Amino acid sequence: MAEFVMPSLGADMEAGTLVEWLKKPGETVKRGDIIAVVETQKGAIEVEGFDDGVLETYLVDLGTRVPVGTPLAVIRKDGEEPAAAKPAPKRVEAPAAAPEPIKPAEAVAEKPEPEPAPAPASPAAIAPSGRLKITPAARKLAAQKGIDPATLTGTGPEGAIQLADVDTVQARGVPKAEPEKPATGGFDISAMREAIAAAMARSKREIPHYYLSHRLDLTAAEAFIAERNAGKPPEERILIAALYVKAVAKALKKYKEFNGHYENGEFQPGDSVHIGMAINIRGGGLVAPAIHDAQDLDLDTVMEKTRDLVARVRAGRFRARELSDPTITVSSLGDRGVEALYGVIYPPQVAIVGIGTPVTRPWVVDDKVVPRSTVTLTLSADHRVSDGHRGALFLSAIDKNLQEPEKL
Amino acid sequence: MSDDEIEAALRLELRKIAPDIEIEDIDREGDLREEFDIDSMDFLNLVSALSKSLGVAMPEEDYSEMGSYDAMLVYLRAHTG
Repeated sequence: MAEFVMPSLGADMEAGTLVEWLKKPGETVKRGDIIAVVETQKGAIEVEGFDDGVLETYLVDLGTRVPVGTPLAVIRKDGEEPAAAKPAPKRVEAPAAAPEPIKPAEAVAEKPEPEPAPAPASPAAIAPSGRLKITPAARKLAAQKGIDPATLTGTGPEGAIQLADVDTVQARGVPKAEPEKPATGGFDISAMREAIAAAMARSKREIPHYYLSHRLDLTAAEAFIAERNAGKPPEERILIAALYVKAVAKALKKYKEFNGHYENGEFQPGDSVHIGMAINIRGGGLVAPAIHDAQDLDLDTVMEKTRDLVARVRAGRFRARELSDPTITVSSLGDRGVEALYGVIYPPQVAIVGIGTPVTRPWVVDDKVVPRSTVTLTLSADHRVSDGHRGALFLSAIDKNLQEPEKL
Repeated sequence: MSDDEIEAALRLELRKIAPDIEIEDIDREGDLREEFDIDSMDFLNLVSALSKSLGVAMPEEDYSEMGSYDAMLVYLRAHTG
């Protein structure tokens, strides 16, 4: 049995709300299938499964907000027997012979409550202080339903509030707490601002950043793009951003200390290069979902993936893996902006490459001053993992790659 | 194709890309990307869509002639049959 869990989509995420199931119990699922949609501070995120098998049962109700790591469903892996008697993780499955499907919430409610062992009858347990006597399960259910336990009447031993007491209240029609709003496909801007603030504050608190900057001649890269796009219909044209992604990915082959995650006190180099593309969101905020395995992709594929990512970010819908996987971030200001940006590293990554807006500058070519299109590259990197010397070589390698775009 | 039809096509695509911008409020001669807050990917998508719906090639070397809302209209009117 495998658990399908609420994923962590970055250092700043603690919980998410399940808003949609895309697979039903009994349905076959494959690794990479999108099984559910969860609402997070970053919008609605599609969550993929990691196992081949059959979705056995849901463990969490729609609309429920749960912490990262909480099992949402059970997947019976290929080759495993239906585990009729085997209890699902943390929850008791509905009886196999149930006359009709029981929703997970009901299953929970019916779970034989492991009542706290009759409290060692110490006088304090009787709560003379007025402290509420309530079973943990009842407290949890009350919290889920937004009911203040103090308003309940307990029917348990010594007047303790039990699960049934919470259920009854709801049955009487006491207003429930507002359910969390369903996925709108859009973004909650203030929630996103909070998420960015939390991640960036953590970054600045924990990561000893250093910064490097390098201006380079962009003529070769621009000429390559112009030639490449000439005579092509718009949908087959590529943007220079695709070249940047490839130039960075290629440089990372040699400079591996900028690609990976720093977690639990040590640096874990990435097995592959997943470049997080910082994408601006209309109305405020940004996300940096991954272009996976960028080192192995040709330019057209990088462009295709970039186009797809931007479209899905604009629509407010992208996948869990895309947010948690990046091993480095590339942030490009594009045509409208300023010469240089110095990024803040997105933990647990260890570097971010900034690319400013191209500008025409006087440049010396063969001892003559000529106007050239130039761009400023910057690197913000983590001093726990690398030093400025290697950082400088890494930026130089990106420059070199952009001078030979035909080799990318 | 009539001038009105061309403008309607341009408005339609711009509304898809920048739904938060009222076309009545923009400076029609101002920088198109600034006025609609669109980046190079949005612009490429705009060109892709217009190229398809109006049957105009819109090559990259002509981008400089599409710098504003009005300039884009002039360009499209000149290149549609």
